[in-house]
Amino acid sequence: MSDGAASPPDVPAAVELHGITKRFPGVVANHDIDIRVAPGTVHAIVGENGAGKSTLMKILYGMHQPDEGTISVGGTTVRLGSPSEAIRHGIGMVHQHFMLADNLTVLENVVLGAERRHGIGARARARILELSEAYGLGVDPDERMAELGVGQRQRVEILKVLYRGAHTVILDEPTAVLVPQEVAELFGNLRELTREGLTVLFISHKLDEVLSIADTITVIRRGTTVATVDPTETSARELATLMVGEQLPVPELRESTVTDRPLLELQGLTVHSGERAVVEDVSLRVHAGEIVGIAGVEGNGQAELVEAVMGMRQPSAGTVRVAGQDVTGDTTRSLREKGVAYIPEDRHRHGLLLDSPLWENRMLGHQTQPPNARGVWIDRAGARADTRRIVDRYDVRTPGIDVLADALSGGNQQKLIVGREMSSAPTVLLAAHPTRGVDVGAQAAIWEHLRAARHEGLGVLLISADLDELIGMSDTLHVILRGRLVTEIDNPHALTPEELGSAMTGATAATGGAS
Amino acid sequence: MKRVLAHPIGMVVVAVAVALVIAVGITSAVLVATGVPPLLTFERMLEHGTTPDSMVRILNNGTTYYLSAVAVAIGFKMRLFNIGVDGQYRLAALLAAALGGAVTLPPVLHQLVIILAAMFVGGMWAGIAGYLKVTRGVHEVISTIMLNFIATGITAYLLHVDRLAVPIGVNNIGTPPIDESGRVPGIPGDFLGSDRVVFGLVLLAALVGVGYWVVLNRTRFGYDLRAAGQSSTAAAASGVNVKRITLITMLLSGAVAGLVGMPQLLGESYTYALDFPAGLGFIGIAIALLGRNHPLGIALAALFWAFLDRSAQILAIHGTPTEISVIMQATMVLTVVIVYEAVHRWARRYQQQQVGQALGRTGVESE
Repeated sequence: MSDGAASPPDVPAAVELHGITKRFPGVVANHDIDIRVAPGTVHAIVGENGAGKSTLMKILYGMHQPDEGTISVGGTTVRLGSPSEAIRHGIGMVHQHFMLADNLTVLENVVLGAERRHGIGARARARILELSEAYGLGVDPDERMAELGVGQRQRVEILKVLYRGAHTVILDEPTAVLVPQEVAELFGNLRELTREGLTVLFISHKLDEVLSIADTITVIRRGTTVATVDPTETSARELATLMVGEQLPVPELRESTVTDRPLLELQGLTVHSGERAVVEDVSLRVHAGEIVGIAGVEGNGQAELVEAVMGMRQPSAGTVRVAGQDVTGDTTRSLREKGVAYIPEDRHRHGLLLDSPLWENRMLGHQTQPPNARGVWIDRAGARADTRRIVDRYDVRTPGIDVLADALSGGNQQKLIVGREMSSAPTVLLAAHPTRGVDVGAQAAIWEHLRAARHEGLGVLLISADLDELIGMSDTLHVILRGRLVTEIDNPHALTPEELGSAMTGATAATGGAS
Repeated sequence: MKRVLAHPIGMVVVAVAVALVIAVGITSAVLVATGVPPLLTFERMLEHGTTPDSMVRILNNGTTYYLSAVAVAIGFKMRLFNIGVDGQYRLAALLAAALGGAVTLPPVLHQLVIILAAMFVGGMWAGIAGYLKVTRGVHEVISTIMLNFIATGITAYLLHVDRLAVPIGVNNIGTPPIDESGRVPGIPGDFLGSDRVVFGLVLLAALVGVGYWVVLNRTRFGYDLRAAGQSSTAAAASGVNVKRITLITMLLSGAVAGLVGMPQLLGESYTYALDFPAGLGFIGIAIALLGRNHPLGIALAALFWAFLDRSAQILAIHGTPTEISVIMQATMVLTVVIVYEAVHRWARRYQQQQVGQALGRTGVESE
């Protein structure tokens, strides 16, 4: 663990970036980046969204060419003109969003595009098993992708990169989609990789995780490397200060604003996917001024629960009431018109029209209501003016409201969505992972908006994988396990993430539990 | 240059101009390779294509092409590939012609009945594909291709003297001619210096174009349609009933497809005979692609297409193969699609850089 930072300088670095500068017209995305990654270590790169991490990784993965500076791999200076050249030099990347075909097997996914290496048959299978064995990935080549969980999918992605001959693996926000137990497994895999001499570049903004896995940490702020530190000699707070120059925001609620007026009531809600009940007999109540959190390992029915409440999935039993009115079986549109706002889990799939300008995205989900519509007509002026207001008020960093949603960074896209959903005077908000993949600054802002809305009497159903967020932001917390609510916690602030984590896996009931 | 490209209209203009240059280049190369002087050929085409009579013909054919392309474009906006415009317009024109020839109604009403019947038939025929898609998940490309064949079979069956047809002229049969009261008078071609007439229904085509633009860009329905076309998942989460929109889009596309035969039927033929123009649905696909689904783009593309058709006719006299216009049309479609995509990507990257730039500035200030 500790030999990383102090790796002897005479060993050639696995990857070394020196004086890297990348300019886009009028802006310097990266400047004077100096990073030396010692072989056989986990080297973390931390920084806020928009700090230049992705540009840097794209340079290293051959997707962008630097304007100045040199990249060397194993001591020799190289030019990485494309991802395939990067792969040829042993640099591979696991993207944040998996690039896997669900209807193919693991084997087929791995060999896809790399058929020349070991064919597509027995030799490929042998190689996959060999790699899986060597690095403890536990991957079965004949399983179908659709049947694998998120953690397993990620291991397949890592295997894909190794199969292509990578010695240095770049992982872009690998833990964003994982629960603590899966994170622990991933870290086990990464240690296995480094033990075998591979090098891991780990991009993240989750400081606790970085501290526990990395051998060396490089902090990037405003496009340049500001410090390289040894994790044993620093703390999350110090790193945060280096990253943002300000204190780490803490999710917390102030005085209770919970009323006894129920805004969202679920009674015996059951949802089937095929034959299987993915949500079973779920009953809960969200009052005005209350944030009700749902904790659970991903894939335990949270997504289906939200979709059923949102009218995107038909429940097979049970009722949904909004502000006392039975809305079971209502269409999504009618629910939205009744004041149910929705921050979706996957903003690209469910929250945005990436090819449309921001002001058209402001209308999405509210296209039947003012200020976006007047009768059957679109109210362009109204929508545009209100988009400007959201951009200002929610600090969406954009040069204008006519840029395509695709051009914004993830955090800014999320701020736009939060702003839009808060702007229609909602009665109930379904917030699924509202701060996933956004930087520290945006996270604090989103929490503040949730707090303010709660204060004004909004009822929030919060689904999250961020245990600190759940503990800090919930007035009441439910644990969902295999589609059922197994534990209700009335005073979540007293919990530690570890206690909640074990409650989520069904190991023990958490304090105050009433199952 | 960059600013021009970042603007949607500027981007289209530049893309089309570049594509045109490439297409002319490729066509010239083909001409040179076959031993025909390209400059002279283009000169002859231009000369013939701009004679008054040619211009009237181009306007008339362009009108038909335009309607066909708008029908296809409506589907494209919702990511539906309505290959069946061909079958839809032929079936619609036949049945509407038969109806129009069978009844005698006061003017205006007569035309209206024929046109609405054509829209209804076209819409229903396309609606079959839409219905199959939303209920059974049948891909519209498969079903509309099949429906084209079925439409061909049905029209062949119905266009028979025992059924809807009567003998017309020598060696030709068609539906009974539509009465004077059901015809649409032409617009005298004087303004182009020709004594021929322009189809009166050119105005209908213009109306369809305006309607297409307004519905798509200014109404809630159009917003829902575009949203569903861009991302069906995001649209569904926003409350759009994607299946319903799919079905309606197919019905609308088919209804406009039903209009394709109308300018010819009500402005010139007055009967659906064996020689009624066929294959217009496929030309519509090419023109919709060429015009990037934009009502004005489609209009220009339709006229250009009609111009190439017409102007190439002169070449036969000079012994040059008229296929040259087909080569040019085909290379045009290919190059526009490719160049547009390239420019589009470039413009998007530019925009992302602009965002980076705006953020970079604030970043530097606060440092």
